[in-house]
Amino acid sequence: MSTRPVFPFAAIVGQEDMKLAILVAAIDPGIGGVLAFGDRGTGKSTTIRALAALLPPMKVNQGCRYHCDPATPDVWCADCRATAKHKSVTVPVPVVDLPLGATEDRVVGALDLERALTGHKVFEPGLLARANRGFLYIDEVNLLEDHLVDLLLDVAASGENVVEREGLSVRHPARFVLIGSGNPEEGELRPQLIDRFGLSVEVRTPQDLPTRIEVIRRRDGFENDPIGFTEHWKKAQDKIRRRIVDARGKLSGVAVPEIALENAARLCMALGTDGLRGELTLIRAARAVACLDGDKEITDAHLRRVAPMVLGHRLRRNPLDEAVASTRVNRAVEELFGA
Amino acid sequence: MSGAAAWAGALQALGLFAADPLGLGGIAVRAGAGPVRDRWLKILYDSLPPGMPVRRVPLNAGDDRLLGGLDLAATLQAGHLIEQKGLLSEADGGVIVLPMAERIEPGAAARLRAASDEGQVTLQRDGLSRVLPAHIAMVALDEGADPDEHVPTSLLDRMAFLIDLTKVSLRDIEYDDWSGLPSARPLVMAGEGKHPLVMAGEGPPSTPLSGAASQGVDGGPSPAMTEPSGPSPAVTGGAGAVHRATDTAETAKIIETLCGVAMSLGVDSIRAPLFALRAARIAAAQDGRSGPDTEDLSLAVALVYGPRATRLPPQEEAEAPPEPEPPPEDQPEPPPPDDEDQEQIPDLPLEDIVLEAAIAALPPDLLAQLASLSNTKGQVRMPGRVGQAKMSLKRGRPIGTRQGEPKGGARLHLLETLKAAAPWQTLRRRAPEHGPKRFEVRRDDFRIVRFRQRVGTTTVFAVDASGSAAMNRLGEAKGAVELLLADCYVRRDQVALIAFRGTGAQLLLAPTGSLLRAKRSLAGLPGGGPTPLAAGIDAAMALADNIRRSGRTPIITFLTDARANMTRDGSGGRPKAEAEAMESARALRATGIAALMVDTSPRPNPFARTLAAEMGARYVPLPYANAAALSHAVRAAAA
Repeated sequence: MSTRPVFPFAAIVGQEDMKLAILVAAIDPGIGGVLAFGDRGTGKSTTIRALAALLPPMKVNQGCRYHCDPATPDVWCADCRATAKHKSVTVPVPVVDLPLGATEDRVVGALDLERALTGHKVFEPGLLARANRGFLYIDEVNLLEDHLVDLLLDVAASGENVVEREGLSVRHPARFVLIGSGNPEEGELRPQLIDRFGLSVEVRTPQDLPTRIEVIRRRDGFENDPIGFTEHWKKAQDKIRRRIVDARGKLSGVAVPEIALENAARLCMALGTDGLRGELTLIRAARAVACLDGDKEITDAHLRRVAPMVLGHRLRRNPLDEAVASTRVNRAVEELFGA
Repeated sequence: MSGAAAWAGALQALGLFAADPLGLGGIAVRAGAGPVRDRWLKILYDSLPPGMPVRRVPLNAGDDRLLGGLDLAATLQAGHLIEQKGLLSEADGGVIVLPMAERIEPGAAARLRAASDEGQVTLQRDGLSRVLPAHIAMVALDEGADPDEHVPTSLLDRMAFLIDLTKVSLRDIEYDDWSGLPSARPLVMAGEGKHPLVMAGEGPPSTPLSGAASQGVDGGPSPAMTEPSGPSPAVTGGAGAVHRATDTAETAKIIETLCGVAMSLGVDSIRAPLFALRAARIAAAQDGRSGPDTEDLSLAVALVYGPRATRLPPQEEAEAPPEPEPPPEDQPEPPPPDDEDQEQIPDLPLEDIVLEAAIAALPPDLLAQLASLSNTKGQVRMPGRVGQAKMSLKRGRPIGTRQGEPKGGARLHLLETLKAAAPWQTLRRRAPEHGPKRFEVRRDDFRIVRFRQRVGTTTVFAVDASGSAAMNRLGEAKGAVELLLADCYVRRDQVALIAFRGTGAQLLLAPTGSLLRAKRSLAGLPGGGPTPLAAGIDAAMALADNIRRSGRTPIITFLTDARANMTRDGSGGRPKAEAEAMESARALRATGIAALMVDTSPRPNPFARTLAAEMGARYVPLPYANAAALSHAVRAAAA
C-alpha cells in the first residue's frame, strides 16, 4: 500500500528550521521530539511524512512486535527476553500516525478482539508499540482528546507502556520521538505536552515570490509525474540520508568545550527558562547540528542555530508578551554572542 | 456582483469542479437553503461523472459514522471482525456534501482535512486498525447568516472555489444564462467524465505509516482502488504529452503568473495557485486546448482568487469604493462590474491581463469584507444560530463516550458499556472465575459520557474607540483590557473583541482562545469619531447570544465613557443616542447576559452608571479600578 509516492524531503522548498529540527531529532532521538506549529498549507505534514522515506533502516529482532534492538538486550520486551536466540533483520524505521478519532484501545494496545471472539486471549499491540524506536506523528496535536494526551504524557515520560486487560498484563518498551504539528489558531496545546517536545519550530507561509513559485512548480511537477519527480530527487535524498548516518556515527565523538556549556547556561539564565532541560537539550541539539555539519566540536554558531527551536517554547509563558518567542530568544542570543 | 453574474460565475465554477472534483478539492457554496441552492446542487449532481459516489455528512456525525468503526452486531454474529465503513471512505473517489458547514466543529473539520489531504482515512478504533482510501472532494453548504459566520478557513483553504449565491434571485436562474451557457464550456462534461482529466488527490500523498499500517490492513487500498485517484498525468491523452513537452517554459511562465497575481491580490494560501493552475488546465482541456491560454488563466484566477483577495493591487486602489458602509445587509447592489468584459490588450504582460480579470471578478464590497477577513483569518467559527435555541438550556452537550470509570461526576453510558462488553463474552465464559452469570461486564468495559470539552466562559470586550474615548484614555482602556486578557488566559477563557466608533460597531476578533490575536487586534484599534453606544451594545449582545447558544457562558465587558452621540440610523444627537443606548441596555438585561461596565471617563459619568444599572451590569469607574479590582469585577460578574 505504500506504493503511493511521497513528496521527497529533499525537494521541500524553504522551511529550513523545520527541516533542521527534524534532522536533529532523527540524529539524536533522545532530544525528545519536534513540535511544528504554524500557518495552513506550509507543508508541515508533507515534511514530516517525507521523513519516513529518508530515515536509514534499523536492525530489529526478527518477529518482535516492538522492534527490539538486537544491540540493547537490557531494554528488550518480555517476548525477546524469553526467547533464547534472535535473528536480526533490517526494517524501515516506523513513522506511525496517531489519527484524531483514535480510541484508547488502539493507542495503548488491547486484547485482540478478533481472537477474543473465539475465546483466545492475545495481546494486540497498539500504536505506541508500533512506534517504539521510531516516530509517533500527531497531526493537529492541539485537537487531540485530553485523555489521549494524558496517556501519551505518561508513556513519553516513562518510555514504557503498561496494559492491563482481561487479566492480561503486558509491559513493553515504547520509546519514540514525538512529532506534533498543528495550527495554534485552532486551539492551544497543554503546557505539559508542549514540555515533552525537545524542539519547537514556527512555520510560516513563504512570503517571497520566488520561493512561492518554486513551491508550486515542484508540487506541480510531483503531481504530474510522481515517479519521475522522485527519481529526480533520489540523489539529493540519498545525500541527506548519508548525512544522517554519518552524523549519528560522530555523535559521541563531538567535543563539548567548557565555553559551550557555559554559554548554554548563560543563555538559559538570561531567558529565565525553567529547569535544566533547556540547557541539556541545547547542548544535545547543538551537538547534533555539529555532527550534521561535520564539525568536531560545538561552537557558538551551533548554539545560535538551535537556540530558538530549543528555547522558544520553554520561555516562561507570558501571554501578552508578543508570543513570537523566537524573537525573544534571538534577542538574548544577540546579547550574549553579539549581533 | 449582480445575482446574474454571481450565478454565471457559480456555474462556471461548477463546470470546472464537476470535471475534476478530486483535483479541485472542493467548492464552498454560500447560500441559504432554497430553490437557488437546490438548482445549483441539482446541476452539480447531474454534472458529476456518472457513478461517482456522493455522500451527505450530517453536521453531528460521530467518529464511528464519519471514520468508520466496528460493526458490532455483524461482528458478533459472524464471529470475526467486521468493520463498518465511515462516510469518508464510502465517498472514496467522490464527493461529500457538508450541510450547514459553517457550524462544523474544529474536531470534525480536522478529520475532513486529514482525509482531503491524504486521500485516506486512518482508522484506529475499536480494535480495528485500517487504512481506508478516502479520496474526497468537499461541497460545503454554507448557510452563515452574517459575514462572521462561515466555513472554517482551514477547510476553505482546501477547496478551489468559494461561491456566493446569496444575491442570486429566482429570476436570475430562470431567465438568465444558466441554460444558455456558452457552448465552449459545456455544463455537463459527459465525455470527459469517462476519462477524468486530473484525478490527483490534492494533498501530499502521504507516507502511509510505513511499517505501521501495512500490517493488519485487511482489504486496504488495493492498487486497483487507488490507481484512478492517485496522482496521474494532469491532462488526458495527447494533451498530456504536449503539456509535458512544454513543461519547462510554458508551465514555468504560467506558474509565475499565477503566483504573481496571488501576491498582488494578497492571496496568502499556497494552495490557491495550485488550484488556479489546475482549474486553468481543466478549462483549457474542456476547450480542446493542450495548455491554458490567457482566457483560461483569467477564468481560473477570477474564480479561485476572486473570493480570496485581501487587497487590491496598488494602482487599482483609486477605483475601489471608498469607505464602504459597514452593514452589508439589505443594501441595494451597486452596479456590478461585468465578469466577461476583460478586453485583451495583447501588449500587456500576461500577469496584468490575468490580474485585470481577477479584479473584475472581485466583489464590489471587497473592502468592507477585508476588515473582517483580516481579523478572522483562521478563526474557527463558532456555531451559528440555526436551530440552536433548545441547546442554550444546557451547558455543554454529550459528544460521545470513552473508556473510563463513572466517578467524579462522570456518567456511565449503559448501552456503550454493554456494547463494549459484548465481544469479550466468549472469552469470559471460559475464564475459571466465571460464575453463572449470563453476561459479564467488567470495569474495563465501562464507558462514560463525554461532554463537549471545557464549557468555559467567553468574555466579549466591547471597547469604545470613539473620539471622546480616545481623548479620555483609550490607551488606558486598552491597558485595562490587556490586564483582563491576562486574567482570561489564566482561566482559559475565550475572548472576543468588538469596537464601536463612528457609525457602528465592528467585530474585531471572533471568540478565540488565542490571547495573542486578541492583543494584536487591540493594539491595532484606531480611535476617533462619534460614539454609537447603542450599536455597540447591540453588537455585543448579538455576539454574546451566539456564544451562549454554542454552549459557552458569555460575559460582556464594556469599556466606554458612555458619551453616546450617534444613533443607530447614523444621525447625530446626544439625547436620541442616549435614549437608544438605554433601550439597548434594557434589551441586554432582558437576555440575562452578565455584563460589566467599565467607565473610562476622566471622572465617573453618571449616565454610565445609569446605563449599567439599566443593563443589570456591574459598574466600575476606571479611575478607581486597578488590575486586581477589574479582574475581581469580571469574576464577580461571571458568578
